[in-house]
Amino acid sequence: MKKFWIYLFLIVGGLIFAYPFLWMISASFKPEIEISHVGLWSSNFTLNSYEAVVQKIPIWRALFNSLFVSSCVTLSVIFFGSIVGYALSRLRFFGRDFILGVILFTMVIPFQITLIPMYILMVKFGWVDSYMALIVPGMISTFGILLFRQFFLDIPQDLIDAARIDGCNDLMILFRIFWPLSRPVIITVGILSFMGSWNDVLWPLIVIRVRELMTMPQMVTLFAVGGQAEAQLGAELAAATLLAIPIILVYAFFQRYFIESMATTGLKN
Amino acid sequence: MKQKNTNSESKIGYLMSLPYILYFLLFVGFPLVFSFILIFHKWNVITPMEWVGLRNFIRLFQDRLFFQSILNTLKFLVIHIPLQIIVALLLAVLLNQKIKARGFFRAVYFLPVIVSGVVITLLWRQLYAYDSGLLNILLTKMGLSRIPWITHPDWAMPSIAIMATWKNVGLYIVLFLVGLQGIPRYLYEAAEIDGARPIQQFFFITLPALNSTIVLVIILSTIGGFSLFIEPFVMTGGGPVNSTLSAMLYIYNQAFYFGHMGYAATLGFFFAVIVLLVVLIQKKLVEQKDK
Repeated sequence: MKKFWIYLFLIVGGLIFAYPFLWMISASFKPEIEISHVGLWSSNFTLNSYEAVVQKIPIWRALFNSLFVSSCVTLSVIFFGSIVGYALSRLRFFGRDFILGVILFTMVIPFQITLIPMYILMVKFGWVDSYMALIVPGMISTFGILLFRQFFLDIPQDLIDAARIDGCNDLMILFRIFWPLSRPVIITVGILSFMGSWNDVLWPLIVIRVRELMTMPQMVTLFAVGGQAEAQLGAELAAATLLAIPIILVYAFFQRYFIESMATTGLKN
Repeated sequence: MKQKNTNSESKIGYLMSLPYILYFLLFVGFPLVFSFILIFHKWNVITPMEWVGLRNFIRLFQDRLFFQSILNTLKFLVIHIPLQIIVALLLAVLLNQKIKARGFFRAVYFLPVIVSGVVITLLWRQLYAYDSGLLNILLTKMGLSRIPWITHPDWAMPSIAIMATWKNVGLYIVLFLVGLQGIPRYLYEAAEIDGARPIQQFFFITLPALNSTIVLVIILSTIGGFSLFIEPFVMTGGGPVNSTLSAMLYIYNQAFYFGHMGYAATLGFFFAVIVLLVVLIQKKLVEQKDK
């Protein structure tokens, strides 16, 4: 009897979280007049809303921009994160602990303080309205460095010693021995930085003004608030669906990794 | 020989740390120093900087709208954080029972966490719409009257807080689940032998054991809440009557709508200090509780 109430509660909760998404996807295929219906089914499903979106904004270009930017950021965060993480965990040099201290300290600084100067830096570099502004500031993640460092600390020294005798230098040790062992942390860092970059919208809004370079969340935002959607609810929901689908698809296959990765953000503080 | 070895190790160490050092100098060190210069200047990026001394701060302290935007942000936090903790704790405790399909439920609750805030806000803008929104349609079907979710100043910020809770709560459910699984079973068994009811077990065993997780949830959602931006930007544009104007939205408008870079940097600086203070106070309060 008690079990019954638990399940009932969990299912109602599940519906509260999942139904709005199902409704959004279904509504994006409904004709404008049926959108406010609560149900999911319509006998008049149509692609009109999607056609309107594709006609009004270069959404495919935005999809490409987002994929390109997020991939570059993610690969770079993994690459440099593992290099710095290696130096800070397995090499002894003067000032190492100081660098570590600086990293921990900078994580405490609220981003609100550096936002405006960062924008001005982009202006001075001539990076406004270029991929550089979207990619370069995101190429290193302090959290990524810390995760790699933490993981590398637990790798036995014997492996390194043996590799050195075989004539490996540090980069070879990192990429040939540490990387293959580091799958879990690479996945975690990868998911966190890809999601962070894919979903970020404040920074693109600041540094990108031309349509051709806008990321997808930015373009969908401006489409909805800039009046281009002309109060067509269907088009708005279709644009939102297009933005949501890629990440939901990836999540569907790797949900366990997503949840575990996000749970590690708890370590952040 | 030994000396030479550590020397080359140092060299490689610096070389491999170099990416971070460059990143720090360019994207952390310089902006920090520059923000300190900016707060004493008036600047719109195009014309030369103009030294104004402390005038940015004088203006800040007379800027009613900025203080209202901070109050709005705090109002958001005051609703969002308790709501988040209660809902997350409740669902986590239920998920921690011996049930089937736990992974499935967890994955469903987590879904809004991974989806862009833009999608969530566009979706909820429809759900909250006064005439055609799903929530009001459901309310009228149940014979209740419509609620002006985002059209009335008293309702708009709470509505955004509810939406933010819906979006983020999955993450906190997972954090609480981790915490719950760390509580040893024998504590409950002992309590049961002593005749403690489930409610008592919850308040005397579960809740104290989750203290550090609760701290974490409070701090994470405080930091998240202080950067509230895209939700009001998309949902209400800060209205009605500036009731959802968050501090970040106000700073954004000052910088990129009006072009007041120096003033916006001052606002950002001041606001960052508030964020740090609030988080530090939260930590202090909870550490005292531990003693």
